[in-house]
Amino acid sequence: MAQAQSEIRYLTPPTVDTKKKKYCRFKKSGIKYIDYKDPEFLKKFLNEQGKILPRRITGTSLKYQRRVAQAVKRARHLALLPFVTDLMK
Amino acid sequence: MMNQYETVFIMTPVLSDQQMKETVEKFKGVLTQHGAEIINEEEWGLKTLAYPIQKKSTGFYELIEFKAEPEAVAKLEIAFRRDERVIRSLVVKQEKYAAEYAAKRRNKFNKKED
Repeated sequence: MAQAQSEIRYLTPPTVDTKKKKYCRFKKSGIKYIDYKDPEFLKKFLNEQGKILPRRITGTSLKYQRRVAQAVKRARHLALLPFVTDLMK
Repeated sequence: MMNQYETVFIMTPVLSDQQMKETVEKFKGVLTQHGAEIINEEEWGLKTLAYPIQKKSTGFYELIEFKAEPEAVAKLEIAFRRDERVIRSLVVKQEKYAAEYAAKRRNKFNKKED
């Protein structure tokens, strides 16, 4: 079986995705306060089910990730954001 | 010590327009009665909720920013809980950056109006 695999010739060598340097968008753009009142901005940090994206995906620093989480939870309390949904985007 | 707060509360859509104004006035009265100073007030009007609250899928949103003593905030929250027209409320203390953000937002909001 292993033999068959090596038979496959690729036209272009498969590029392993190069490690893109993640950066905290709040530190870079200097945003100091994350407003829980505008759901559009918060949606960037939620996945389709409406769950908060982890830091390893968004790359935000710990300090701002906590603020994002708090803002999202407040928005959920005020029914600006759903707790759970499907295909929100 | 006067802190700056902002509160957002949702009223049931069942109310008539007049009743909504009345409830908003009532809460502003509770605030001013306890020596609060109302800075800004915004009506977001009827919005659809992300999930039904008390079997209702829309609500009348109202935002009030004010400076007050902590006791006044406690009274306000009790008033919110007692009033059955308000189905959801949230009072948040505005720290430094939040206050700056709110000020900027207010100018943008007023600029849009005039």
